[in-house]
Amino acid sequence: MNGKQELTESLAGLALFADLRGPEIEAIADPDWERRFAEGERVLRKGFSGSGFYVILEGEAFVEIEGREPRSLRRGDFFGEVSTLLGSNPAADVVARTQLRCLEIPGPNLEGFLLEHPRVMLRMLQTVTRRLQDLLG
Amino acid sequence: VTSAPFPPGDYPVVVVGSGPGGLQTSHCLTRLGIGHAVISRDDAPAGMFRQFPIFQRLLSWSKPDAPCRAGTREYEWYDHNSLVSDDPEFQALVPQFMDRAYMVPSREEIERGLAAFAERANVRVRYGCEWTSTRREDDGRLTLVTTDGEYSCQAAVFALGVTEPWKSPIRGIEQVPHYAETKAPREYRDRSVFVVGKRNSAFEIADGLLPWARQIVLGSPRPVQTAVIALASVRVRYLQPYEDWSLGGGTFALDVAIDRIERRGDRWLVAGEGTTQPGAFELEVDDVIAATGFSTPLQDLPELGVSTVSQGRIPALTAFWESVGAPGVFFAGNATQGAAGLRKHGIGGSSAAVHGFRYNARVLARHIAERLGAPVPRETVARADLVPFLTGELTRAPELWAQKAYLARVVYQDGETDVLPLADFVDRPRAGCIAATIELNAEGAVYPVVYTVERDVEEHVLPPHRLNDFDGEEYRRELEACL
Repeated sequence: MNGKQELTESLAGLALFADLRGPEIEAIADPDWERRFAEGERVLRKGFSGSGFYVILEGEAFVEIEGREPRSLRRGDFFGEVSTLLGSNPAADVVARTQLRCLEIPGPNLEGFLLEHPRVMLRMLQTVTRRLQDLLG
Repeated sequence: VTSAPFPPGDYPVVVVGSGPGGLQTSHCLTRLGIGHAVISRDDAPAGMFRQFPIFQRLLSWSKPDAPCRAGTREYEWYDHNSLVSDDPEFQALVPQFMDRAYMVPSREEIERGLAAFAERANVRVRYGCEWTSTRREDDGRLTLVTTDGEYSCQAAVFALGVTEPWKSPIRGIEQVPHYAETKAPREYRDRSVFVVGKRNSAFEIADGLLPWARQIVLGSPRPVQTAVIALASVRVRYLQPYEDWSLGGGTFALDVAIDRIERRGDRWLVAGEGTTQPGAFELEVDDVIAATGFSTPLQDLPELGVSTVSQGRIPALTAFWESVGAPGVFFAGNATQGAAGLRKHGIGGSSAAVHGFRYNARVLARHIAERLGAPVPRETVARADLVPFLTGELTRAPELWAQKAYLARVVYQDGETDVLPLADFVDRPRAGCIAATIELNAEGAVYPVVYTVERDVEEHVLPPHRLNDFDGEEYRRELEACL
């Protein structure tokens, strides 16, 4: 299978990028941003500086917070935005439950990326707001 | 009859490839006393450097005379092209062949330096033996089928380079010559040339054709990050075409998603759509070159479970450069970039270059030796010497500076010390151990980071130093506080 086409198509199918034109998606499909993790590998590490923003393309992961039920993450879900946007260290580990394929937008690139793609920012804001609503019941 | 070494048969380890990655791995395995075979389809050492880069000049730096004596560990810092050894005789060989016309060696100079390493360190290789397919046996061993017969092993190290011409999926690109098929520069005299790609090889072509071509246009979807380039080792190639662009000299770097390339008589039409600036794009040119990169020639390894990243071009690897999906299948050399590490602040290691992967090979050889149950000698640091030892390493260790936030100096609880991938250290915490790294943030600041293990791994970021001297009293105090 052709990796580039696959990466582009995989991104085009995600709600987060649904408003982008084809060429814009191609520009995001940066081979350097494609990451693959083995089952059980940590993707986000609690307490470490310099983390990034991840969007799951394939596979499952979970958020590990002590004393809480692990929250599952699957294709289309994203994580790492809190530490990246606030410049803080992640408050939880995110671990690959299966072999996992992600798009990683490096921390220092996220702000510029969102400013260049305001529709992605809006979709992200909607998801984060929904999470907050769920949390507040 | 001259007998080629390593006839087909059973070996603990088989190394495939005789480029810098294969030579370095074999040398390190030999120093550890690990029996292994080395096979190569080539007929001489040096791998891709027997042919590339196409314009015969490397991007990576070596300084023949430096503040440290050639042959010492400290000197490795100033020489990004030689292989490394604990025997000074085999150290710093590439600068010996440099004519000093440039700070970077020519293709031929590094080829001679690598060949000298193979000869002096007696790295034996079965040349002209091509690996053709692979099998996993029921007992877990691997069988490598070659043109000379079958090799069976517990672990295979593929040092294949990232050397197979690769083209992005654009309609009509099949008929476009690849970077590897670029003609002599004079053939492009007074012609307009479209180069597909805006990475190293695209800019290398642009740089090489500047004195000949009338117009050079580089095109790919993503914009070039000029601020990053200015600090990268590739700037030699990148910035020259950029200067031509700023002078209005006929060079352009466009952000376009190319949709199709087709023949128009004896010319070419390149068509697509803008990415950073929307709008249709069409250009007629005399020549097109696909500088779309290379891939690792994995052959049938994906059938054994080897998965990939980077558009299928690079194997996805664990912290110790083992395939994520195929145990016992290791990689050395350029493909070790498939182990991304922590990528803190979005910055990866230097595993795609000799000065990074030579250290990966050393760590890999020790890891394989341990896997095979062989003793791996380690130095010991007394508790009283721990702090000065670590501040010294942070200031001078070439491994830590070449592989920032990727390789770490680790001291175990019993005082034994080693260099390990940082990702392994933080994800498999061993109580009472300590790791030290040199790291870099997005602003370009360089600073030491210390990792201690209580229940979890704790990160201690130390401040940068104006002269990168972390060996002073201030840092010793900081380190003592972390411990």
